[in-house]
Amino acid sequence: MTAETEGRVYNVAGQDWDEVVAAADEATEAGEERIVVNMGPQHPSTHGVLRLILTLEGETVIELRPVIGYLHTGIEKNMEFRTWTQGVTFCTRADYLAPLFNETAYCMGVERLLGVEAEIPPRANVLRVLMMELNRIGSHLTAIGTMGLELGATTVFIYGMREREKVLDLLELITGLRMNHAYVRPGGVSQDLPAGALERLREFLGIMPGLLGEIRALFDAQPVYFRRTKNVAYLDLAGCMALGVTGPILRATGLPWDLRKSQPYCGYETYEFTVPTQDTSDAYGRYIVRMDEMDQSLKIIEQCVDRLAAKRPARDPVMIADAKIGWPAQLAVGADGLGNSPAHIAKIMGQSMEALIHHFKLVTEGFRVPAGQVYAAVESPRGELGAHVVSDGGTRPFRVHLRDPSFTNLQSASAMAEGGLLADVIAAVASIDPVMGGVDR
Amino acid sequence: MSDENLPDRPDPAAVAGQERLSEQIARTGMFGTETTGDTSGYGGLRVRRAPVPSSPRPYGSYFDEVADRLADGMEREGPGFDEAIERVIVDRDELTLHVRRDHLAGVAKVLRDEPSLAFELCLGVSGVHYPWEAGRELHAVYALLSITHNRRLRLEVSAPDEDPHVPSLVSIYPTCDWHERETWDFFGLIFDGHPALTRIQMPDDWKGHPGRKDYPLGGIPVEYRGAHVPPPENRRAYQ
Repeated sequence: MTAETEGRVYNVAGQDWDEVVAAADEATEAGEERIVVNMGPQHPSTHGVLRLILTLEGETVIELRPVIGYLHTGIEKNMEFRTWTQGVTFCTRADYLAPLFNETAYCMGVERLLGVEAEIPPRANVLRVLMMELNRIGSHLTAIGTMGLELGATTVFIYGMREREKVLDLLELITGLRMNHAYVRPGGVSQDLPAGALERLREFLGIMPGLLGEIRALFDAQPVYFRRTKNVAYLDLAGCMALGVTGPILRATGLPWDLRKSQPYCGYETYEFTVPTQDTSDAYGRYIVRMDEMDQSLKIIEQCVDRLAAKRPARDPVMIADAKIGWPAQLAVGADGLGNSPAHIAKIMGQSMEALIHHFKLVTEGFRVPAGQVYAAVESPRGELGAHVVSDGGTRPFRVHLRDPSFTNLQSASAMAEGGLLADVIAAVASIDPVMGGVDR
Repeated sequence: MSDENLPDRPDPAAVAGQERLSEQIARTGMFGTETTGDTSGYGGLRVRRAPVPSSPRPYGSYFDEVADRLADGMEREGPGFDEAIERVIVDRDELTLHVRRDHLAGVAKVLRDEPSLAFELCLGVSGVHYPWEAGRELHAVYALLSITHNRRLRLEVSAPDEDPHVPSLVSIYPTCDWHERETWDFFGLIFDGHPALTRIQMPDDWKGHPGRKDYPLGGIPVEYRGAHVPPPENRRAYQ
């Protein structure tokens, strides 16, 4: 709390609730009706480096202004200076809880620019769907766990993080990394499933329904949780349309809009699943939608595993056959870590000069993409994640813009929280589930 | 050669060739050499940018219907379709309408309100800087989505560098609020009528607009085991 020329400024940094309440009481006694409270960007309840400027009248929020940009890293600009394939390494870092969705949206954009969408091998598409649905479970577990934590339910957070670890273990097994995978590449995916992955996936499918049930049971026996989330942070369908809100927030208003169903990509039309909805338009409805979506994701993963376990045809690659686009080598784990397979190195270094030249050109220079612009969208855990990809015919993206759902959805925080109580701001922001990496890019 | 010897109608191939030759040169030579002479024989190569022609009718898919309904709506609302829409481009199964900037709000309003169009959802603005397009360097690209009809559409509007003004769509699509602020922040496009056009990603006192092509990436050279790696923008470019 500091004295300023324009009145007193109250900074909220967590564990200082009594100070804010005392200040509000003091202000009321002094005849002041409104106080402005700055919350964040370093605050345990703001879901990352988000700053909220709140105008309060007593405990009622008169105005809420989110301030963003604290995590801006220039991902879009950086991508213009790397090849099309290297771009994946950057965009995966935008929404760090849903890296595989960023990668897929961007790669779908590049593939549409190249006109090779139909040539993506079926196995690569199954792997993309598998990885995205695993990622969706991990992301929703974080959303629900942190929402619990921010509302005071620490056990749920620990449970959520513990279950998410199982997802991350699988992602690490398949891609080599727990996050920032760069697994989806233009033309396919970087590598096939490693040995033993199917067994681990089946094991995961076996235990996960029970673990999700535990989280449900924790919440459903908790009257405090109901009081904090039911009829809180209301945003109806008209509000969602006006503010461009998509994802669980939109589906909690009763509209079953899911790009996986309405505009299928990566072969989603061949999977059996439903789009869960709620009609409460509140924070509780969004929580239920997320829980139900995880069940549906498990259903999709099961179908993916069945397809991957089926008898493979003789030629079943995970990368496009066009040697001018597809990476020349499969990766292999060597003595010094993950790298190009020894067989490929032996070929380019010992047998074929042309293969060496080809490898060198593709890796250093990259491939050209015909000029034009496309917009490719996927249903990320938070809503429509779009990639506006522009090419000028060169070997690098001319412009890439990620339409991140967190960025757009966070705008609705004001509409949800204004007129409500200060404590409900936390529930509102938590139910939006913004990931600042995606908001700021 | 006198005129009577020329054919009545110009040869389409010749017209296309003329059009192509009038475009700007995108690059010269083959290997990007600037310091030493190019001895490859490709030194005289001039690669021009492909012209962007309007797509002819029929556009295919639902695009014809969208264009017809929009034309009906624009006829009622004031300026006609041809007055408001500069160019219609159908590319890779996506429809792009290049709108003259004065009519952007009118077109967006018809697209949103006309029941047969019903583009309820705007997915934001993406700025693009084309430094070589004299008089229309800065573009704002709007992705629209109709949930009613399950259709997508793209609006594109351009502004010259000297007069970077585009009307704001916040009154029609409130979601554009932050998106327009971001486009102003990164590209310096001023959205007239925006309630509070301030920087959103960069600090408030930042100079310049980092998304523009004339703004450097700003990387720093990296030293690793005695060797210096220049920042990406200064590394050798393979063309």
